[in-house]
Formats: sequence, C-alpha cells, structure tokens
Amino acid sequence: MQAFRVLTGLVAPLDRANVDTDTIIPKQFLKSINRSGFGPNLFDAWRYLDRGEPGTDSASRPLNPDFVLNQPRYKGAQILLARRNFGCGSSREHAPWALGDYGFRVLIAPSFADIFFNNCFKNGLLPVVLSTVEVDRLFHETEAFPGFKLTVDLERQMVATADGSLAYGFEVEPFRKHCLLHGLDEIGLTLTHADEIRAFEAKHLAAKPWLS
Amino acid sequence: MTALTLYDKLWESHVVRTESDGTTLLYVDRHFVHEVTSPQAYEGLKLAGRKPWRTDSIVATADHNTPTQHWDQGIADPTSRVQVDALDRNLREHGAKAYFPFRDARQGIVHVIGPENGATLPGMTVVCGDSHTSTHGAFGCLAFGIGTSEVEHVLATQCLLTAKSKAMSVSVEGALPFGCTAKDIALAVIGKIGIAGGTGHAIEFGGAAIRALSMEGRMTVCNMSIEAGARAGMVAVDETTISYLEGRPFAPKGELWKRAVEYWRTLRSDAGARFDRVITLDATSIAPQVTWGTSPEMVTTIEGRVPDPDREKDPLVREGIERALTYMGLEPNTAMMDIRIDKVFIGSCTNSRIEDLRAAAKIVSGRRKADNVKLALVVPGSGQVKRQAEREGLDRIFTAAGFEWREPGCSMCLGMNDDRLGPGERCASTSNRNFEGRQGPGGRTHLVSPAMAAAAAIAGHFVDVRRLG
Repeated sequence: MQAFRVLTGLVAPLDRANVDTDTIIPKQFLKSINRSGFGPNLFDAWRYLDRGEPGTDSASRPLNPDFVLNQPRYKGAQILLARRNFGCGSSREHAPWALGDYGFRVLIAPSFADIFFNNCFKNGLLPVVLSTVEVDRLFHETEAFPGFKLTVDLERQMVATADGSLAYGFEVEPFRKHCLLHGLDEIGLTLTHADEIRAFEAKHLAAKPWLS
Repeated sequence: MTALTLYDKLWESHVVRTESDGTTLLYVDRHFVHEVTSPQAYEGLKLAGRKPWRTDSIVATADHNTPTQHWDQGIADPTSRVQVDALDRNLREHGAKAYFPFRDARQGIVHVIGPENGATLPGMTVVCGDSHTSTHGAFGCLAFGIGTSEVEHVLATQCLLTAKSKAMSVSVEGALPFGCTAKDIALAVIGKIGIAGGTGHAIEFGGAAIRALSMEGRMTVCNMSIEAGARAGMVAVDETTISYLEGRPFAPKGELWKRAVEYWRTLRSDAGARFDRVITLDATSIAPQVTWGTSPEMVTTIEGRVPDPDREKDPLVREGIERALTYMGLEPNTAMMDIRIDKVFIGSCTNSRIEDLRAAAKIVSGRRKADNVKLALVVPGSGQVKRQAEREGLDRIFTAAGFEWREPGCSMCLGMNDDRLGPGERCASTSNRNFEGRQGPGGRTHLVSPAMAAAAAIAGHFVDVRRLG
C-alpha cells in the first residue's frame, strides 16, 4: 500500500451531504476485475452529460459544466472537502479506488460512513474528520480563494494552511496511523500472529465443532 | 458478573488478540463470497503467493451480474461474464464449503442462500464483501459487510482487523398493525434515526414486534441496518431461530445439534446489559411506509405527503430535499397516493424470500396490473425460493396478473444485469436503496414492502394496502 505522511494539495469542495458510493462509482463500472482504472468514472453521473458505460473513452464524453470538479480552478485537486456521512451505502472498495485513481489523497468531512472509512485506509487514502464548524470554514475559504491549498500532516495529525492562519488537529486510531504512515501490508502484519490465530482456531472449533 | 449485550458475547468469543489502541484481530467463522467484490481479493492473494486460510469457511455464489431470464443463453454482457467466470475460476482453484454457480439449482442472492442452507448459524462471525451482510444478524450472529481488501485479509488470515463498535438497542414494542410488515419497521426506524443514526454502532433489535417476526421478517429488518448507517444488526436467538434452522443442509445434526442449541440459547443480552444508545419505537403507531426521496431516511407513510422544502430550516437539509425532489420529479405537498408509477420490482436481499412473495401474491391474486405499469418484475431470492413459490402456485398468480416471473438474483435492486429503470421511470421497489441512479441512470425509486409494491402495481399508483385487504 502507498504510504501517506504529509501532503500539500489543492482543495476541491463537494457541497452535498450523504454522498453515497453508488454516486462515487456507479454500478456499471463494478464489473471490472482490476483495482485501477476507475478514475475517469468517478462521480460519473454528475460529471458527464451522457450515460457512461464501461469501455468507452471518457476523454471524448461531454462534461457537465455545472459539476464542481469540472471547473478549471479545481483541476489537479488532491484534497476533497465534503459534507457529513460521505461514502454511505454499498461496501464497494471501487469507491476509494476511484477517488485515489482520480488523484485524491485526502478526504475531509464532518463524518464518514463506517465501511467506506475503513476501505480508505486500505488504499493510502486519508479520511480526516473535522468538526462541522471547521468544515464550514474550509468550504468558505476554498470557494473564496481560487488555488486554496491545505497541508495535511498525518504524523502531527494536523490540517493547516501554508501561512498557519488556519490549523486544525484531527484524530486517527494509532494502529491505522502506523499502517498508513509506513504503507504497511496489513495481511503480512497479521500473519506475524499466525501461531496465535492457529491456537485460537483450534480451541474455538473444538469447543464449537458445528462450525467446521 | 457483568451483564453483557449480545454484541459483547459475539465479539468476545471471537477475539484472537487486541492491540493497545483497541484494534482487534477478530476470527471469522463464515465468509460469503460473490463475484463483484472478490476477484481483486483472489488476485491479491495470488500476487502475494498466499493461499486461503480455511476454505471450508467459504460459501460462494454469483448473484449481482446474473440475468433473470433466458438462462439457456448464458450471460450476454461480456463484462458481466468476465466477472462471473473469474469467480468460477477462483472457486475451482481454491475450493469452498459450498459454491452455487450461475444456473445451479441452489444459486441465488448470497444473503438468501446462506440462511436457507443453514450456512448462517447463531454465534458465528459472518462477513462478506457486501454491505447487506448485516442480514445474517437475524440469527444472533455478528455479521457485517467489508471491502475487497478486507475480503483478501479474511481469505489469507481467517481474521479481520477491526475495532469494536458501540452498542445500540432498537426496541420495537407492541404489535405491528394489520397491513404492516418488517419492511415498514425498518423504514420507520431509519425515518426516526436517519441514515447515519447507526454509524459507529452495532444495533440489536428487540421488543415484542421483533420477537413476533418470522426469520424472514427479522432478516428484512437486519438487512436494512446498514441503511441506518450501522454495519451490523442483530436479533437474539429464540425458538423462532432454532425451529427455522432445524434440518437445514449445513445445520448441525444429532448430538451436535443438541449441543449447538444449548449454546445458542445463551445468545441474548443479559438483563441490565448496558447499551450506548437506546431507541424505542411503538409498533402500533407504524403505518405502511413509502420513500419519496433519494435516501432511505426520506420516507413518510402512505397517508403522508411529499415534504415542502420551504418549511425546512437547516439549509443543508433543505438543499437535500430540493435536489431529491428535482431528481424524483415530484412537487412539494403531493399526496403519496397520487404518485403514479411505471414499474414494480419485487425482489432483492431485503424482500425476495418466500414470505415476501406470499404477501405480494395475496394482494395480486384475482387482480391485474394497471395498464400504466409497464413492467412488474418478481425475482425470487434463490432457486429454492423459486421452486417453493411454484409449488404453492404463486408464479401463476403473478403471471395471470400480468407480472413477470423471473430467475433468481440481485436484479433490479442495483441493475448490474439487464433489469434496469430507464431515465425518469418511477418504480415501486421492495429493495433497500433509493439513491440516484441506483436502479438505472435517471431511474426514480420508491422503497416499499412487498404488499405495498403489489398493491401499487394493481392500482398504477401508491395505495394504502390496508384498504385492499
């Protein structure tokens, strides 16, 4: 997995609550058996004026000029600012794959849906929870100042502007932080406890033999 | 001794180890696998040179991409076929306790075939790369949806790296009125606590109305826990649970059955167990539910009206309502009963079990679908449900009324196969999500119970099923 330490990037605002994973990456693109290539279809129904199908070249499709990510000022954004309950609905990991493939490395919102939140950490994508007031302020700054950037420092657990005029701390579980900072392979890490798993399993299945 | 919740008991009996920050290695008993969220996980295993830890924990089927008609012609869509073929290949190579491939007599929606085969048992930890895995919690087990990286993690280690959620009790007291079902309970709960109301929590459903539900009804309620934001929903084990399981193919037999049942009876919250949050609902006040918007919390009763955004003070909520009404093509203050529909879908992991089909057939019997309803689709949850319904003559009731009787699968719940809504088409659906584009780009979904969907098909618009009898 790609490690995440510090990133300074352009911020794009997606001013809607409850953005679901069906919207982040619609069902027709889930038929791929790969982990990459979902970026061109991120927010497909909002982003394009026509109906997207797998296999079509997105470069030639008509863009929806009203959709925020299509505005030139947000081109190249790496930080997505969102509203509450971002990523609700389906467990599809294609959602963080699509966000990452598009170029986002950080998501900032007042809250995220549980499964989506988990899936982000497995893919080098950092979901940052800030208070509603802080997120409101960031929406204001992002919209008011073209080119608005933030620095997100996972080690220090801080989101800040370059001049330090805004600086917000955030929480992250130590284990997730450790894995993301070092880009660790969680499976490899778990397998260092293989003997413990085997011992648990033997006892568990012996006590409840109907499970095996 | 400390009084424990059902969730505490299920959690603690599966902890392999816990890190200082609470991150836990949790042992997984049952791993359900389907074709959409597993190919990248098997590929990851292969690339890392790893093997599945315990293949007899795996029960697999193809459900999302499979067509619901012309099975003799196979899968026409090449991209769907690639995914189903990949599942075949992976299961053939690595093996499983059971695999019900496309066209198998026991194939069906993963959350239907697990319980009906006794592959979901009380006390288990159950995972699947699918958010509606919460369904299995109806059996007094800890069941939740995971992403593909976690699917790979469980394949490789038989464990999940996770942290304990908070415990929420949702108690539905009293008796459910005539014409109301488990689906109406689920939608009423979501209407009350909101689609993020259960975020960070595992919900235990209890109270007289839940106890009175069949296993099918309990599965419907637990299924929609995720629509309230909770990864897991569960119901304590009782005689209903035990009698449902007896004799199922993968349920224990003989002496082992007796031992298992003895343990299963302990799977309920102790008196005085502490929940982080307690919600109580009066079942007697529940009326048939219909959603009007693009999220399951945007719901009212059949007697209700489409809301007026001008009356909403919170600007973010107001914009949400306005956007939903624009997408849904609805005017504020329209009576729900005046909303005409184009299509009806009876199916999905929420409402495609035999009891659901019986409830719909009871309304349909001797009637005919309205002319403005272009398509009324009945998609049984599994091959076994389909055959049972056919033995009872339900298929003939549906076809005589102008409904289509199809092969099992996820179908128009999410439209990964050919069953979809066209742009602007309005559907009365027994599924679980009314998100924009969920049933097809531009499609408009109203979530209802099977009886309400059937009644809408007959009338051509939403009607109060309590008045149809």
